[in-house]
Amino acid sequence: MADKPKVAFYWCAACGGCEEAIVDLGEGLLEVAAAVEIVFWPVALDFKRRDIEQLADHSLAAAFVNGAIRTGEQEEMARLLSAKAQLLFAFGSCAHLGGIPGLANLFTSREVLATAYPPDNFPRHACRDNGHALELPELFDTVRPLDQVVPVDYYVPGCPPTPRIIQSALQALLSDTLPPRGSVLAPDVALCEECPRKDSRPPDLTVAAFHRPHQIVIDEEKCMLAQGILCLGPATRGGCEAPCIRGNMPCTGCFGPTSRVRDFGGKALSAVASVAADEAALEAIPDPVGAFYRYSLPASLLRRKKNGGDR
Amino acid sequence: MSRRISIDPVTRLEGHGRIEIFLDDHGEVERAYLQVPELRGFETFCQGRPAEDMPQLTSRICGVCPMAHHMASAKALDDLFQVEPPPAARAIRELVYNAFVTEDHALHFYFLGGPDFVVGPSAPPAERNVLGVIAKVGVEVGRKVIAMRARLREVMALAGGKAVHPVLGLPGGVSRPLKPEERDECRKVADEAVDFACFTLETFHKLVLERSDYLELILSDAFTHRTYYMGLVDENNCVNFYDGRLRVAAPDGSEYAKFAPNQFLDYVAERVEPWTYMKFCYLKPVGWQGFREGPESGVYCVAPLARLNAAEGMATPLARDAYDAYFAKLGGKPVHHTLANHWARVVELLYAAERMREVANAPELADTHVRNLPSAVPREGIGVVEAPRGTLFHHYSTDEKGLIRQADLIVATQNNAARIAMSVEKVARQFVTGGDIPEGVLNTVEMAFRAYDPCFGCATHALPGSMPLIIQVRGSDGGIRSVLERGADGAIRKRSGP
Repeated sequence: MADKPKVAFYWCAACGGCEEAIVDLGEGLLEVAAAVEIVFWPVALDFKRRDIEQLADHSLAAAFVNGAIRTGEQEEMARLLSAKAQLLFAFGSCAHLGGIPGLANLFTSREVLATAYPPDNFPRHACRDNGHALELPELFDTVRPLDQVVPVDYYVPGCPPTPRIIQSALQALLSDTLPPRGSVLAPDVALCEECPRKDSRPPDLTVAAFHRPHQIVIDEEKCMLAQGILCLGPATRGGCEAPCIRGNMPCTGCFGPTSRVRDFGGKALSAVASVAADEAALEAIPDPVGAFYRYSLPASLLRRKKNGGDR
Repeated sequence: MSRRISIDPVTRLEGHGRIEIFLDDHGEVERAYLQVPELRGFETFCQGRPAEDMPQLTSRICGVCPMAHHMASAKALDDLFQVEPPPAARAIRELVYNAFVTEDHALHFYFLGGPDFVVGPSAPPAERNVLGVIAKVGVEVGRKVIAMRARLREVMALAGGKAVHPVLGLPGGVSRPLKPEERDECRKVADEAVDFACFTLETFHKLVLERSDYLELILSDAFTHRTYYMGLVDENNCVNFYDGRLRVAAPDGSEYAKFAPNQFLDYVAERVEPWTYMKFCYLKPVGWQGFREGPESGVYCVAPLARLNAAEGMATPLARDAYDAYFAKLGGKPVHHTLANHWARVVELLYAAERMREVANAPELADTHVRNLPSAVPREGIGVVEAPRGTLFHHYSTDEKGLIRQADLIVATQNNAARIAMSVEKVARQFVTGGDIPEGVLNTVEMAFRAYDPCFGCATHALPGSMPLIIQVRGSDGGIRSVLERGADGAIRKRSGP
């Protein structure tokens, strides 16, 4: 028992889908539980923050952190786990690239609060209720991926990561066969390479007009782009085995870029523009930021809309 | 000296939260707060996004119940684009939705809430989890649970691409029909699911109901609130997760209201408190009277306990028997005991499995026509489903191109927020009292919210929402004197404040 490597799982600004993805290992989870000692995992286990604080630095073999960093508390937890763990894994799209909650970087935190609460009645960082002092963590203006807060050793991509991707990451950790630090733990090829519709993509693909997915009946066999459906497969890292396309909907880019690309949205936009017949074809894409930077705005070169944000 | 106890984070639930308990000079509870310290801002950043992306965007509110958001959103899109899904599409949606509820309720029973009963409320914290449950019920049963869960999630992935963050929902239908071999598979899984649900109900009887101490705890005043109850019902006033009208039962069990989902905002309003990012829903016509129970207070409850109270029965035979047995044992309708949620959840698990089996065998499932293309100009749409954790409401308005102008989401746990806060406080008052506070007591406080299977990720979709649990002890000046936290060994440790 004492010799088993200690592992922590934690969530920041996330949805819990990464936790479900771990539970989805099924019997694999029992094997993981037998091979490591899980010392922190709030969704399933009753260990508290204090338990982690009491551990010696570097005493965890690895910490898997999912979710983006949105609040002061999340930043504290990221720093705490970074100090306690020998290896820090950014787990899932939000920790890796900022994720869908990262679209909040198109707004300020004040705008976010103003949407949710009446103008004179925002929740406050510190307040008193009947004389009782209560605090809430600070809400940052900008959502950040994990590596903008603490050094990250490995990235497990996906929204959420698929069981196979998780399994092989854990396997590499336990068998000491991890690739160089900083690696994304998924194949370094575009999704198109493993797409079940690969052969239906014409070699000289040209999209005359893009359609929104609700506007046409989507053919179940044919390349999405060849049907005029915006699909980010050409720009997105593979390894997921194309579940969305098997569900007859296009790839939206959750695995992020391959290693040769710095800005995912820019790459995705250029990949799509290169197959568009003309500018008019692209105009049918109603929300370019939401389409091309859906999971990666905080990790992009711009990071956020420049409207007076604090970071 | 007055003290403050913090439980941080609260565990075995979805999302972040913490509980702050203030004790007076005699060590009695003055006030307890359940705080949700996170907010992500979905209602803001969905503005400007294309409406048809909403089922996939909003599923990211919660990865535990993504199918609930996905489906509420798809239904809101039907309404927004004024297009009815064909019968086969409706059947596919209901099939995967009930597979999802079956799976999610099982997850709560075996992984999240169940360990408190199966392993015991005061068992060492290191054992009070799914691994402890497996140790108690045996590895064979554990494998059975894990296998069933995997099978149900395969059904969800068959139709939805993937179980976490599915892609099937579109206005007017679903993205693809089911192939014959896939329908066969769904039927097989549905049969297994019904057997599994019966097994779970038996297990619940054996491990919980046959224990007089547990039954006493369930019936105890500490875990009881007389409030209103809300849930979706079909045309016979039976529980339905996918569609129907909303019915509200008064604290005396009588029908207080019944209305179509598009009247939701006539009946429900939200209250803001400065000490949490979570908003508290209440019944608008009754009004907000603070965190109080009774017919004069607008506080109401959703999810399994509430749905069984708000309905007059279950639409499937085995669940109907289970429903009758439940009320017979607990003293008739309505049941006000918060911990009865666990039993109600297993009754619903059985219904969801039976309903899944019905839909899996429905002839319309074979039709390949699964989309009606919209032609109307979008303007406004509302979609409601019963998420496992309660009534879930999506309301969008768009410009004429279908880009979101406004998105209002009222999620399951928000409906329950006031009652959850009351439950935590009441249990704290009765169990946390002067002198030493054993760890099991703190867990009993957590059981007060865990019964609801809350999702604080959902509840704070709008902002940085988060819901971890700590007990901090403060002097009467408000300064932290010490912090109590549970250690891995189950011991309570105190540390001095800053």
